[in-house]
Amino acid sequence: MEIGLTHYLTVASILFIVGIFGIFLNRKNVIIILMSIELMLLAVNINFVAFSTHLNDLGGQVFTMFVLTVAAAEAAIGLAILVCFHRNRGTIAVEDVAMMKG
Amino acid sequence: MTPLNQDSLNLLAAAPELLLALGALTLLMVGVFRQTIAGAMLVHWLTIALLCAAGILAWIGGGDTQYAFGGVFVSDGVSRFAKVFIFFGTAVILLLSREYMLRAQMMIFEYPVLVALAALGMAMMVSSADLIALYMGLELQSLALYVLASFRRDSVRSTEAGLKYFVLGALSSGLLLFGASFVYGATVSTDFTRIAEVVALGETNVGLIIGLAFVLAGLAFKISAAPFHMWTPDVYEGAPTPVTAFFATAPKMAAAVLMVRVLYDGFGPEAVPDWQQIVAFLAAASMLVGSIAAIGQTDIKRLMAYSSIGHMGFALVGMAAGTEAGARSVLVYLAVYMVMNLGVFAYILTMRRNDMAVTKIGDLAGLWQRDGFSALCLTILMFSLAGIPPLAGFWAKWYTFGAAVEAGLIWLLVIATIAAVISAFYYLRLVKIMVFDEAADAFDGPMGGEFRVVLGLSAAVMVLFVIGGLGITEMAADAATIYAR
Repeated sequence: MEIGLTHYLTVASILFIVGIFGIFLNRKNVIIILMSIELMLLAVNINFVAFSTHLNDLGGQVFTMFVLTVAAAEAAIGLAILVCFHRNRGTIAVEDVAMMKG
Repeated sequence: MTPLNQDSLNLLAAAPELLLALGALTLLMVGVFRQTIAGAMLVHWLTIALLCAAGILAWIGGGDTQYAFGGVFVSDGVSRFAKVFIFFGTAVILLLSREYMLRAQMMIFEYPVLVALAALGMAMMVSSADLIALYMGLELQSLALYVLASFRRDSVRSTEAGLKYFVLGALSSGLLLFGASFVYGATVSTDFTRIAEVVALGETNVGLIIGLAFVLAGLAFKISAAPFHMWTPDVYEGAPTPVTAFFATAPKMAAAVLMVRVLYDGFGPEAVPDWQQIVAFLAAASMLVGSIAAIGQTDIKRLMAYSSIGHMGFALVGMAAGTEAGARSVLVYLAVYMVMNLGVFAYILTMRRNDMAVTKIGDLAGLWQRDGFSALCLTILMFSLAGIPPLAGFWAKWYTFGAAVEAGLIWLLVIATIAAVISAFYYLRLVKIMVFDEAADAFDGPMGGEFRVVLGLSAAVMVLFVIGGLGITEMAADAATIYAR
C-alpha cells in the first residue's frame, strides 16, 4: 500500500482533534493544555508539509517554518504566564483557574 | 510569488510599520538602560509620540494601492483607514494609562513598548495580503496582548485573565492555521489574490469550504463574536483597567478589518454565498448574547465586555452583506465604536475611592449631582452606545442595516432590531442610576485633565457626527471603493 496525501491528512486531523479534546476534556493540569496546543500546531505542520510535497510547491514548507518559530515563542509566553499564576495562586490545576465567573 | 528585488520589496509602502518596529526596539533599549520611574515615563511619552508619528505617516501615505515585500503586504485605503484609528487610538490609551499605572506602581517601561508592539501587529494584520503575513501579524498582536492581560503580576485575577486569554487565543490560532492549511491545499497558494482567482473558477472544493469555516472560527475568537466569546468577560474584568480599555478599542478594529480582508480579498466576490450564512449566524448570536447576558451584570468592565460582544455582532451585520456598502459600514461602525469606548473608559479609569479602583455600576449612583460634566458626557455616550438618534451610534447602525437590506438579509435585521432594543435597556439603566439614584460617596480627587478632554471630545464627536459624519463616513467610503464592482 502506498502512503498518500489522504493518510497524512488523516493523521494530522486525528492529532488536531486529540489536541482540541486535550484542551476541553482535561480537568487536571494547565501544562497538559500547553502540550495540547503544541499538538494542534504540529498537526497543522504535518498538513502543510503534506500538501507542499503533494502539490510540488514550497510555500507550505515556508509556512511551517513560521509556525514552528511562533509556536516556540507562544510556549515561552504561556509558561511565563503560568509561572506568574502559580506564584499567586499556588496551584495550576485547571479547576482552580476560576476566580471570575458569570 | 514574485521574486524579491528592489521594486517588489517597496519598503516605502510599509513606512509606518517600519517606523513603529524600529522605534519600539529602540525604546526597549532606552528602557533597559534607564530603569527608573523617570526612565519609564520618558519611554511612555516617546511611545505616544512614536504612535502619533506612525499615525500621521499612515494618514498622508499615498492614495493608491501599493504592495510591499513581494506582494504579501498591501497598503490601500482600507488598511490606511484602520491604521490611522489604531495608531491614534492606541496613543490615547497610553495617555490615559499613565495615571493608573503610576498609582498601581506598574509604571515600568515594558508596558508602552508592549502596547506599541501590539499596535504594530495590528497594523500588519490590516495590511496582510497573504496567509503567512496574516498569521505573523495576528501572533505579534496576540503575544503582546497575552502579556498585557497578565500585566499585574502579583494579582491572581490579572494572571488568571492572562492565562485564560492565552489558552483560548492559542486554540483560536490553531483553528485558524488548520483552516489556512486546507485553503493552501485547495489553492496551492497563500496569496489572497491567487486564492480569489482559484475561488472564481467556481469549482466547489470541500477543502476550501473546510478551510474557510476554520479560518472564520479562528477570526471570530479574535473579535469575540458569539459563540466564541467565552474569554471576553473574564479577561476584561481581570486585566488592569487601561489594558481592558486597550482590548476594547484597537484590537477589535484590527481583527474586524482583518476579517474583511480575508473574506473580501482572500475569498473574493464569488465566495460570498459560501460565507454569508456563517457570518450572519455569528452576527445574530453575538448581538443576542451581547444584549441578553449584559442585563444581569454589576461590574462595569464586565458590562463593557458584553457590550463589545454585541457591538461586534452589529459590525458583522454589515460585513455579512459582502458588498462595497458592507465594507464601508464595517469601517464606520468600528471607528465610531472605538471613539465611544475611548470616552467611556476614560471615565472608568478615573473611578477610584479611598485610593482603590472601583468598578461596580452602583458606584456611579447620583453622579449627576456630584459631577455634572462627566455625567452629561457619559449619558451622551450611553445613548450613543444604545443607538439612539441623532447620535453617532445610531448612524453607525444605520449604515450596517442599510448594507444588510441591500444584500437581502431581512431576517438578520429583525434580530438586530430586537437586540438593539434589549441592549438599550441596560444602557438606559446606567443613565437612570447616574441621574436619578441617590448619590453614592464621591470619587477621589479632581479628575485629571487628559480624562476630561478625552471624555468631552468623545461625547462631542457623538453629537456632532450628524454633521456629515465629521468626514469619517467619507473617508470610509473612499477606502471601501476597492471593493466596488
